[in-house]
Amino acid sequence: MAAVQETVEQVRRIDVEQYKYGFVTDIESEKAPKGLSEDIVRFISAKKNEPAWMLDWRLDAYRRWLTMREPEWARVSYPKIDYQDLYYYSAPKKKPELASLDEVDPEILKTYEKLGIPLREQELLAGVVRPEGERRIAVDAVFDSVSVATTFQKELQEAGVIFMPISEALREYPELVRKYLGSVVPTSDNYFATLNSAVFSDGSFVYVPPGVRCPMELSTYFRINERNTGQFERTLIIADKGAYVSYLEGCTAPQRDENQLHAAVVELVAMDDAEIKYSTVQNWYPGNAEGVGGIYNFVTKRGDCRGDNSKISWTQVETGSAITWKYPSCILRGDNSSGEFYSIAISNGHQQVDSGTKMIHLGKNTSSRIISKGIAAGVSQNTYRGQVTAHRKAAGARNFTACDSLLIGDMCGAHTVPYIEARNPTAVFEHEATTSKISEDVLFYCIQRGLSQEEAVGLVVNGFVKDVLQQLPMEFAVEAQKLISISLEGSVG
Amino acid sequence: MTALLEIRDLRAEIGGRKILNGLDLTVNKGEIHAIMGPNGAGKSTLSYVLAGKPGYEITGGQVLFNGEDLFEMSPDERAAKGVFLAFQYPLEIPGVATLTFLRAALNAQRKKRGEEELSSPDLLKRVRELAKKLGIDPEMLRRPLNVGFSGGEKKRNETLQMALLEPRLCVLDETDSGLDIDALKVVANGVNQLRSTERGMIVITHYQRLLDYIVPDVVHVLAAGRIVETGGKDLALQLEATGYAQYQNEAA
Ligand SMILES: Nc1ncnc2c1ncn2[C@@H]1O[C@H](COP(=O)(O)OP(=O)(O)OP(=O)(O)O)[C@@H](O)[C@H]1O
Ligand SMILES: [Mg+2]
Repeated sequence: MAAVQETVEQVRRIDVEQYKYGFVTDIESEKAPKGLSEDIVRFISAKKNEPAWMLDWRLDAYRRWLTMREPEWARVSYPKIDYQDLYYYSAPKKKPELASLDEVDPEILKTYEKLGIPLREQELLAGVVRPEGERRIAVDAVFDSVSVATTFQKELQEAGVIFMPISEALREYPELVRKYLGSVVPTSDNYFATLNSAVFSDGSFVYVPPGVRCPMELSTYFRINERNTGQFERTLIIADKGAYVSYLEGCTAPQRDENQLHAAVVELVAMDDAEIKYSTVQNWYPGNAEGVGGIYNFVTKRGDCRGDNSKISWTQVETGSAITWKYPSCILRGDNSSGEFYSIAISNGHQQVDSGTKMIHLGKNTSSRIISKGIAAGVSQNTYRGQVTAHRKAAGARNFTACDSLLIGDMCGAHTVPYIEARNPTAVFEHEATTSKISEDVLFYCIQRGLSQEEAVGLVVNGFVKDVLQQLPMEFAVEAQKLISISLEGSVG
Repeated sequence: MTALLEIRDLRAEIGGRKILNGLDLTVNKGEIHAIMGPNGAGKSTLSYVLAGKPGYEITGGQVLFNGEDLFEMSPDERAAKGVFLAFQYPLEIPGVATLTFLRAALNAQRKKRGEEELSSPDLLKRVRELAKKLGIDPEMLRRPLNVGFSGGEKKRNETLQMALLEPRLCVLDETDSGLDIDALKVVANGVNQLRSTERGMIVITHYQRLLDYIVPDVVHVLAAGRIVETGGKDLALQLEATGYAQYQNEAA
C-alpha cells in the first residue's frame, strides 16, 4: 500500500484512545440549574460576590445577546446548539475560599498531576534536578468554572505583578478590572463574546505595572470536567508602560459523546513600549473516529496595542476541539506598534478548523506579521481566514502574510480566505500562500532511513511548522512538538 | 555460507508495466558489485524494490537477505536490518535540520534493534568526524536536509548518512553523478572506508571512471530488467568502447 494511502487508512481508524487526556475526575460539584436566564446571570454574579456594576454589565450583555444571531459565515457546520440545555456554572464542591493548596480536593490535584501541570511550588523548586537557567512558570488552574489554584503569588507580588483569578481581581482590584474589562472586546462584539460577557465564571487576570518585566512565564490551564457544562472563561492581561509579560494557555477536556461548548474571551492591552507574548497550546477533546463528541471552541481573542511602540504577539498551536472558531487579532492603535500572529492548526479525523487573525492598522508606521501553518488529515476541513486592514491615517503600515497548508491524504480540505484592505496609499501589504500535499517520496526517503510511517509524518510535519514552533517558549515548544506527532498518529502504537 | 543478498528470478511491475524481468544476482559479504546499463533498464527500480518503495508489484521471484525473505520485512525494518539506499535523487525536507534527520534515523534504527539511543553529544561528535572526512562543512548540518544543497552536496550527504548508519548492504544509485573530480575522489574514499568483510555493496553507475576509485569485484550489465552480462572490472572498460548496442536484442 502506498505510504500516504496507509496514513489515510490509519487516520480513518483513528481511535479515541489516542486522546490521552480524556479521563473524567470523579468529584462532587455544585451547579447552577440548567439553562440560561437573568436569574442564572444573577446567580453567577452572586456566587462570585461581585460588585453591583458587574452584575449590571452582565445583565446588559445578556439582554443584548437575546437579540443576536449565531454567526454562520465560518466554514464549519454543526447541529444547532440548545443554549437552554447547558449548565452555565459548575464548581468543585469544597470550601469557598482556599487558603492553601492543601485545601484543594486531592482528586483535582491528581487530575492536574495526570495532565502534567505542576501546581505545587515545592515540586517545581525542589526534588527534580532542573537544567540551569530554566525559567519557572506560575500557573493558574481553572477547573470547570472556577480557579482552583494559582502558584507563585508571593514572588509575583514582590515584583508588583498581579496574577490571580479574575473573580478574585473583581473583588480585590475592582477599579482596575472595570477600567479595562470589555475595552478591547466590547460586550456587543459578537454572539459568543456577548454570551461570555453575561455568564463568564472565571479566568485569569494579569496586570504588569510600568517598567516591570514579569519575572516568570505566566500560564493558565483550563480543564473542562463536568458534563453538559459550557466553559466561559475570561482573561484580561494588561502590560502597562514599558512592561513585558509572556503568558501561556493550555487546555484539555474529558472525552464525552456530547459536544461541549467553550466560548472564551481574551483581552490584551499593551500600553506605550509594552510587550505581551501570548501562547496557546489547545488540546481540547476532538471527538471520536465518527466525529461524535468533542469541544466546540468558539473563542474571541483580541489584543489592543494601545500605546506607541507596543507589541502584541499571538502564537497558537491548535490540535484539539471538534470545531475551532477563533481569530486572535491585534488592533494596532499606537504609532510604531506591531502585531504578530504565528499559528499551527492541525485537523484530523472529523475536526473542523476555521481560524486566522485580524490585523487592524490604525496608527502610523504600524507593522504586522502573520505566519500560518495549516495541516489537514483524515476527513477534516482546515480554513485560514485572515483580515489585514490599514485605515486612512495608518501611513507606512506594513504587513507580511505567509499561509502554508499541508494536506495528508486526499479526503481533507485546506482553504485560505484572506481579506486585504488598504485605505492609506503608503501601506505595503505582502501576501504569500502555498498548499501542498505531503510527499510520498519524502516519506519513503525517511522510512528507508529507518523511521516508521508515523515517525516520518511527524518529522516532516514538524519541519513544516518549524518557523512557528520557534516562537513558543522553549519548554512548550518541546511539548507542542510531541503533541503534533500525537495528534497525527493514525492508530495507537 | 549464506549470501548477503540473493536475488532469484525477480520480476516486478509498476503501473502495469513490467520493469524487472527475471533478474538474478548474488552478493556475498565483502563484495562490491557494479551495475551498469542503459537508461530506463531498471537499475533504480531494482534499488527501490530492494528498499521496499510502495507502488511496485512483485510478480515473481525471491530475494533473500542474510537468508531471510526480504519481502516479509517492512521498509523500515529492512533499514534497521542494514539495507541502505543512496538515492539517485535525494529528497528535500524543509524545516528539518540535517543533524535532526540523522539523529532521528539513527535512533529509530537503534530502537528497532533493541539498542540504546545515542546521546546528542555522542551523535554530534560522530557526525562531525564523518563530515570532516567527507569534506562536508559542519555548518551544513544545521541546514534543512538537502534544501538548497547543490547536486554534489546532496550526494555527499547521502554518503554521510551511509557512513553514520553503517548498513550491511549499501546500494548506491548513481552516487557519482553530479560530483566534480575532487568530490568524486572524496566520496569514493568515504565509500572505500566502509569496505569491510561484513558488508556488501551494489554500485550503480554510468561511468567507468568511478570504478577506478571504487574498484568492484564484479561488474554486471542490466538491460531490459535482467542481468545480461557479468564480468570483471575490464567489462566496464569494454562497455566504454562498445556501448550497450549489443544488448538491444535482449531488450526485445
Ligand atoms: N511509476 C511508473 N510508471 C510507469 N513506468 C515507470 C514508473 N517508474 C519508472 N518507470 C519506468 O521504468 C523504467 C525503468 O526505470 P528506472 O528508473 O529503473 O531506470 P534506470 O535503469 O535507473 O535508468 P537511469 O539510468 O536513467 O537512471 C523506465 O522506463 C521508467 O520510465
Ligand atoms: Mg536510475
